[in-house]
Amino acid sequence: MLLTIRSLTKSFPGTKALDGVNFDLVAGEVHALLGENGAGKSTLIKCLTGAYRRDAGEIRLDGRAISPGSTSEAQDLGIGTVYQEVNLLANLTVAQNLTFGREPRRFGLVDGRAQKRAAEEMLQGYGLNIDVGRDLGSYSVAIQQIIAIARAVEVSGKVLILDEPTASLDAAEVAMLFDVVRRLRDRGLGIVFVSHFLDQVFALCDRLTVLRNGQHVVTERTDGLDRLALIHHMLGRELEAVETQGHAEGAGVQKPEMLRFDGMGRAGVIEPFDLKVRRGEVIGFAGLLGSGRTESAELLFGLRRARTGSARDTDGPLTIDTPQAAIAAGFGFAPEDRKTEGIVADLSIRENIILALQARRGWARRLPRAEQDRLAAQYIESLDIRTSDAEKPIGELSGGNQQKVVLARWLAMNPRFLILDEPTRGIDVGAHAEILKLIGRLTEDGMSVLIISSELDELVVAADRIIVVRDRRHVRELTGADLTADTILAAIAADDSPDESSGKNPVAIAAADAPKTAKEVR
Amino acid sequence: MMRSLKRVAPQLLTLVVLAALVSWFFPGFLRIELTDGRLVGPVIDILKRGAPVALLAVGMTLVVATGGIDLSVGTVMAITGAVAASALVSGWGVPVALVLAMGAGLAAGFWNGCLVSVLGIQPIVATLILMTAGRGIAQLITEGRILTFTDTGFGFLGSGSLMGIPVPTLLWVSTAVLVALLMRRTALGLLIEAVGVNRRASALAGVNARGLIIVVYMASGLCAALAGIIATADIRGADANNAGLWLELDAILAVVIGGNSLLGGRFSIAAAVLGAMIIQTINTGILLAGFPSEYNLVIKAVLVLAILMIQSPHLASEWALIRLQAERRRTVRGQEGTR
Amino acid sequence: MNPRTFPLLATIAIFLVAYAICSAQYPTIFSTRVAGNLLTDNAYLGIVAVGMTLVILSGGIDLSVGSVIAFSGVFIAVMLRDSGLHPVVVFALLLMITTLFGAAMGGLIDILAMPPFIVTLAGMFLARGVAYMLTIDSVPIDHAVYDFLQGAYYLMPGKGRLTFIGVLMLLTVLAGMIVAHRTRFGASVFALGGGIATARLMGVKVRRTTVLIYAFSGFMSGLAGIVFSIYTGSGYPLAAVGTELTAIAAVVIGGTLLSGGAGYMFGTLVGVLTMGLIQTYIIFDGTLSSWWTKIVIGVLLLSFILLQKALVHLSTRRQGAV
Repeated sequence: MLLTIRSLTKSFPGTKALDGVNFDLVAGEVHALLGENGAGKSTLIKCLTGAYRRDAGEIRLDGRAISPGSTSEAQDLGIGTVYQEVNLLANLTVAQNLTFGREPRRFGLVDGRAQKRAAEEMLQGYGLNIDVGRDLGSYSVAIQQIIAIARAVEVSGKVLILDEPTASLDAAEVAMLFDVVRRLRDRGLGIVFVSHFLDQVFALCDRLTVLRNGQHVVTERTDGLDRLALIHHMLGRELEAVETQGHAEGAGVQKPEMLRFDGMGRAGVIEPFDLKVRRGEVIGFAGLLGSGRTESAELLFGLRRARTGSARDTDGPLTIDTPQAAIAAGFGFAPEDRKTEGIVADLSIRENIILALQARRGWARRLPRAEQDRLAAQYIESLDIRTSDAEKPIGELSGGNQQKVVLARWLAMNPRFLILDEPTRGIDVGAHAEILKLIGRLTEDGMSVLIISSELDELVVAADRIIVVRDRRHVRELTGADLTADTILAAIAADDSPDESSGKNPVAIAAADAPKTAKEVR
Repeated sequence: MMRSLKRVAPQLLTLVVLAALVSWFFPGFLRIELTDGRLVGPVIDILKRGAPVALLAVGMTLVVATGGIDLSVGTVMAITGAVAASALVSGWGVPVALVLAMGAGLAAGFWNGCLVSVLGIQPIVATLILMTAGRGIAQLITEGRILTFTDTGFGFLGSGSLMGIPVPTLLWVSTAVLVALLMRRTALGLLIEAVGVNRRASALAGVNARGLIIVVYMASGLCAALAGIIATADIRGADANNAGLWLELDAILAVVIGGNSLLGGRFSIAAAVLGAMIIQTINTGILLAGFPSEYNLVIKAVLVLAILMIQSPHLASEWALIRLQAERRRTVRGQEGTR
Repeated sequence: MNPRTFPLLATIAIFLVAYAICSAQYPTIFSTRVAGNLLTDNAYLGIVAVGMTLVILSGGIDLSVGSVIAFSGVFIAVMLRDSGLHPVVVFALLLMITTLFGAAMGGLIDILAMPPFIVTLAGMFLARGVAYMLTIDSVPIDHAVYDFLQGAYYLMPGKGRLTFIGVLMLLTVLAGMIVAHRTRFGASVFALGGGIATARLMGVKVRRTTVLIYAFSGFMSGLAGIVFSIYTGSGYPLAAVGTELTAIAAVVIGGTLLSGGAGYMFGTLVGVLTMGLIQTYIIFDGTLSSWWTKIVIGVLLLSFILLQKALVHLSTRRQGAV
């Protein structure tokens, strides 16, 4: 046994984050760590990497009891971690990043040539052929991620913890990353893999451990495990909402047209596309990360100025060149990157909810405080935002609740066209279902919704119509019977202009193999 | 009301402690007398002399709330002073001089605001440009001389008094009150804080971040213009070399002593002007307490550091950590002892 | 070519073009005499800018340097006058004091988690305050060693004088280049400029590095103070007011990003020389008033910042296209 954790306990004021958790890691395995938000995954990892001090319990590495007091101490012991946000320095070269703190020196000075050579050696076996003399920041996130892994393995070498490493990668990049992870596993490392993506867990991991409410629920081998059972373990309840939500066949067709975009485009960002939006309809944008799906939405919302094309509603042409203009036209946009584009962390929940409303009223007409309190109370109640107080800074809420506040901000505006970019990313399965249910309710009231999502099953369930975006083009529109994860996947994968990254590796598609999940859940 | 009082409590407390300290050395510190229809006394003197920094602090608070900083305010004081003085010397009268000076302040602020918000230059660099070049511009206006004038009407702004209270005091207090009311009775305060915390998210929610940022720098320029007018009126002359020299640093210090984060976000104008008064109390107090003026800067530095250390939230946790480590070491040693 | 070198190349190119233009108008500017004076006149600025560059690379700022130069001059003058110690001993004492002073500021910045701007601002008051306490007058320095140092130069072809302090400045820049670009400490400085949290995760000892950075800047300020006292032959508490801003301007013109994490020590030398060149030009012209120096430096700052913006914009655009 490489790593054994026995009865690990860690409390915070008010909560017991970990309650007597056991965990084992064998050398040469990839072991998934699963659980809803707040299940205790990140606390467990932080205890392992020395970021937290445990209250009780035992951690043994190679049979020796350890108790790391800092990340660097954990590294020296052999436990390396790679996070979702690449924790390397974009302003240093790849070589500097790889050899940081252990630069080869001659006469006390850093030997640049030896440094490059050492870096190139470290990258051997990772399938990367890059110039290590360039700034790290000039490479894609996936490559940076692999460099981060290479560094963690080099520095630590026994246990590698991957904390949601795939969250911002597209399918081809995920495949590339998985190749690397498998190779490291075969070299005898013990790898802990944390992810929200169940299909990735099944594709990569040998065993998995589920935590719930700070307690160990189950540890099992991945092959032969039933997904429904797994979700049951994670939630402690069935995912009831999603499957009952199904859309009526062809229902969208009869709805009246509300908005119309013609030839919206911008060179280098997205090729001109048309889009009709009907009242009360849910449109889905499907495509890989970087396909142009988010960029399309940004053009619609005026976040990026469209160089070509026009927008109009039933009353005549609209000019959408700034978010303000879009909001004035009754649009709303909940962005993908909640932390940097959604929430205003230091402000209270109340202030976050009324922000867009206040911005539309203008600075001179302040929303009366009583009205602000009423709105905040209303949405905390109706969206079930879990907080002790509307005056709490939003930064202190969990991801799912933050997302609900951002949604509340737009619902308070009563928009006619709401764009949701990855509305369920990084939030737990329970909140996930609630948000999908909410979308259904909104459209019944006549709001039109555009959802962008990487989770095909989510799109299939929620959308009346799906537009597939590929290589910065809108390539296909799916309706009615075509609305299945398989057809979407086929449309995304259809490869008329071979793209080198996705073309050379068939695993690329398998990694985004969501439909199986969707079907089995249903 | 209670909340805002709680917000400025540390600053009020600091002022009380400082007043007590100075009174110890100079017992007459808090005495105020009425002579010739004017209030006279060290406290009144502080309220008057602190006017430029207090005014600058009002504008600086807004800029800092957006996550910016305005290094150019001292220089803008020199420019506006030079503009006003040269208007007076040319015989254009007080109203024109005032309008021109305030216009110059607004223009300077607009320039800074555009560099920061339209071109996206870091505030500290953007305003450094005007800070460096502006004094040259002020000297250009005065042609390198000290422009003196005799207009008593303008001089009233610097050395006159109304109802016994010095005009500069009235000016800064009313500016602070007005701006604070404007911020809290309208939504400006909230919108500025939102931009300061997360500009991108605010812009996405429809907040006109670009416009707001330009506005706060213009407000800062206007406050600097008022400060420049007072300084010029006080000495009845424009000194392009020395007017407002290093006052931007005092103003930033006042904002920070007022507990406002330089990273932007939540702000309090009341706390910032109290910070300005703390600085002025230190300046005046050192002289009153009878220290030679050479000691002025050292004492000021030490006091400022002390205040900042006490206010540093980090220090408290740092102490806790040190104590925790000491305790742990003790228990570990204890355990080893028992073994 | 690596896009990170563009600002440095632009700095060098602009300096060369400016030098060519100045020389075309006043051919005597293109002489070792002017070049020698350029080095001598800006020696203290170059040295202090080396310290400032390191601080700025780490994402910090040091406003205390001008005051520390003034303090150094006064300290040396008063010690030489009153104590009878040998200048070398006084120099060593001084460098120890200013280095410790910088280290203390670095410590406070890290321990209090206060912005460097504020802490070094207090340091600025403190250093000049102590200078005032030592004396409020200009104290002349009269010592054989000073006479020697002031007279030490190498006569270049063309009768230009390569003075001791000029050479000292060049050596300091060289040392700065090695520290910033060729040591682990230098890598840590860049790491801090890239992001403190990440740097900490990569194993940078943040407190130690911060203390060392400001200690380095303190040492350089002390050294610049020595050079300034040799240059002026006196110590005066009101000397070098505003030098911190000139130094920051030189660093920015030298192509270092004021937000930290990117830049070259060599660029700072070019930045200092560019600013010196402007002054030389205005002196040569004779009709231009001194305030034009400030305005031109302001314009130069603006154009460099805009240039950097444009370069960053271009390189990210190109990245996006790939």
